[in-house]
Amino acid sequence: MGKTIAEKIFESHLEDQPFEGINVIRLDAVFCHEITTPVAIADLVARGKDRVFDSTKIKAVIDHVTPAKDSKTAEQGKIMRDWAKRHDIKDFFDIGRNGVCHAIFPEKGFVRPGYTVIMGDSHTCTHGAFGAFAAGVGTTDLEVGILKGVCAFKEPKTIRFVLNGKLPKGVYAKDVILYIIGQIGVNGATNMVMEFTGPVVDKMSMESRMTLCNMAIEAGGTSGICYPDMTTVNYLWKFIKQDFITKQDALKAYSKFISDKDAKYEKVIEYDLSNLEPMMTVGYKPDEVKTVKEMEGANIDQIYIGSCTNGRIEDLRIASEILKGKKISDKVRGVLSPATPDIYSRALKEGIIDIFMKAGFCVTNPTCGACLGMSNGVLANGEVCASTTNRNFNGRMGKGGMVHLMSPATAAATAIAGKITNAKISGDKPKAKPVKKTAQKAEKKVKKTAVQKPAKKKVTGKGGKK
Amino acid sequence: MKNFSGKVLFLDRSDINTDEIIPAKYLTEITKEALKPYLLEDLKLDTFNPEKDIEGKAVVITRENFGCGSSREHAPWALEVNDINAVFAANFARIYRQNMYNCGMLAMELPENTINEIFSKFASKDTEAKVDISSSTLTLESGDIKETYNFNLAGFDRSLIESGGWVDYADKKY
Repeated sequence: MGKTIAEKIFESHLEDQPFEGINVIRLDAVFCHEITTPVAIADLVARGKDRVFDSTKIKAVIDHVTPAKDSKTAEQGKIMRDWAKRHDIKDFFDIGRNGVCHAIFPEKGFVRPGYTVIMGDSHTCTHGAFGAFAAGVGTTDLEVGILKGVCAFKEPKTIRFVLNGKLPKGVYAKDVILYIIGQIGVNGATNMVMEFTGPVVDKMSMESRMTLCNMAIEAGGTSGICYPDMTTVNYLWKFIKQDFITKQDALKAYSKFISDKDAKYEKVIEYDLSNLEPMMTVGYKPDEVKTVKEMEGANIDQIYIGSCTNGRIEDLRIASEILKGKKISDKVRGVLSPATPDIYSRALKEGIIDIFMKAGFCVTNPTCGACLGMSNGVLANGEVCASTTNRNFNGRMGKGGMVHLMSPATAAATAIAGKITNAKISGDKPKAKPVKKTAQKAEKKVKKTAVQKPAKKKVTGKGGKK
Repeated sequence: MKNFSGKVLFLDRSDINTDEIIPAKYLTEITKEALKPYLLEDLKLDTFNPEKDIEGKAVVITRENFGCGSSREHAPWALEVNDINAVFAANFARIYRQNMYNCGMLAMELPENTINEIFSKFASKDTEAKVDISSSTLTLESGDIKETYNFNLAGFDRSLIESGGWVDYADKKY
């Protein structure tokens, strides 16, 4: 019997099976931020167990509210800072070097194919883009991860998504994942790993794959996961070139973290995405999805471009191509938050920040900020935000506010129009400038095992499907 | 072991998310106790009034996918400091469920038709729940209606409930 990538990773990291169906796995990385970690630290101190299992495998950042906005957030930052110093955690990203966790940690090369990663943050599933098993956990699991370098999970049952076809111009990874969530529902992948495969994923950049995996949790998924390929190797090359003679060698080594052809899945769901439309959410659940076309003209007060979903350089490039030489409508306000200092500085060099500022955007420092209604763009009661973030829950960006999730292209076009607008319709042809041309090969032959009707013609995601 | 019995709070909706259970703006609190007044503050449910309906309740019964969204353990904590240590639902979001057991709290799945039956028989009435961990039973009583339902608490989940948490267990063993 073949194995899935998640099963292979579990098998290679298995520490114990204390009960039937429970796998205690060894962790390659434990990521920490200042919202969920301080309570874990305080509890370890109170138990007389203020230790870390391996200071080189713990990576920490202050990202949710930074710089501190009040005494409470200042205290959270201080607890992290003191703890990192006390335990000699070298990879601690404080003010001036800090960015949104799920953008900065991959950028630093901290996630590799075959890794096991946990963090006290539900969007940890992002890192599965590298062929890793990466799961969000609560404070107690995080605490044990910090102390012992292990975490307990049930068997990693997997749903395989085969994404066929070629994405039309102006349609991006964000549209794909919104469409998928709309199809399977917010409970559709609970307790499941979501494995993303097929020609659409093969062509995606690492940034796009991170966008795709980032929202696995919005369907209940434990981890998103993509197969490592030459795109992965190219992205990681500057961090791994000491370990391998050639990129081909790296690819060969990483290829052991690809699912076997005869692997057993809970479900295989196949979509043809050649005619996918730009998508957006409309309600208070991420599965309440419609095409942007259906929502054309809807009212907006604020545009937010940023976050661990869509605050990377590729996203900023796409949005800036649409905003270039234009002004945003005076009916709306725009906020851009580049996700890391490196992204910010590249955007400055490429003239992207200038385009945003001339268009009328406020540019903030890298932070999670407004995405969860913490700072830098909180909504007033009754206000609506067109946002490139990942959650549209009631009150998420501010009490009584409403969030429409969408791609950076749709957000940028919407900013100019001052109301919901499809970037395709407005005549712009957004195009991401690839960082480097990658010579990837789609080696895996996708077996046709469709259990769900593919999105052949027009997509009209109704959402809420159970 | 915590107390799992008492008056029932019925939340007749699926997909109640962590931001509804405890909004993110309160995550800057360092103590669990500070979360107490804010439990279910943003819950979108017409018949529900957090100021009146939480007081005196010890058990939550709800529908599908309770606790979806964020990883914040503040969600179980906000229940815990309001003396609610048990939630019954058709299913739970993975992280939320694990957080409950890691805190020695009960997050128990019941079949969907059982949940439907409970809602139709008890949801409109003052209902008392008696949870017996040793026999794995939930007994609901309201006036002269009384029903007992079996649940399955085994293995890892039971050991976390009985030992009161994952930290000591893991530190000893790994």
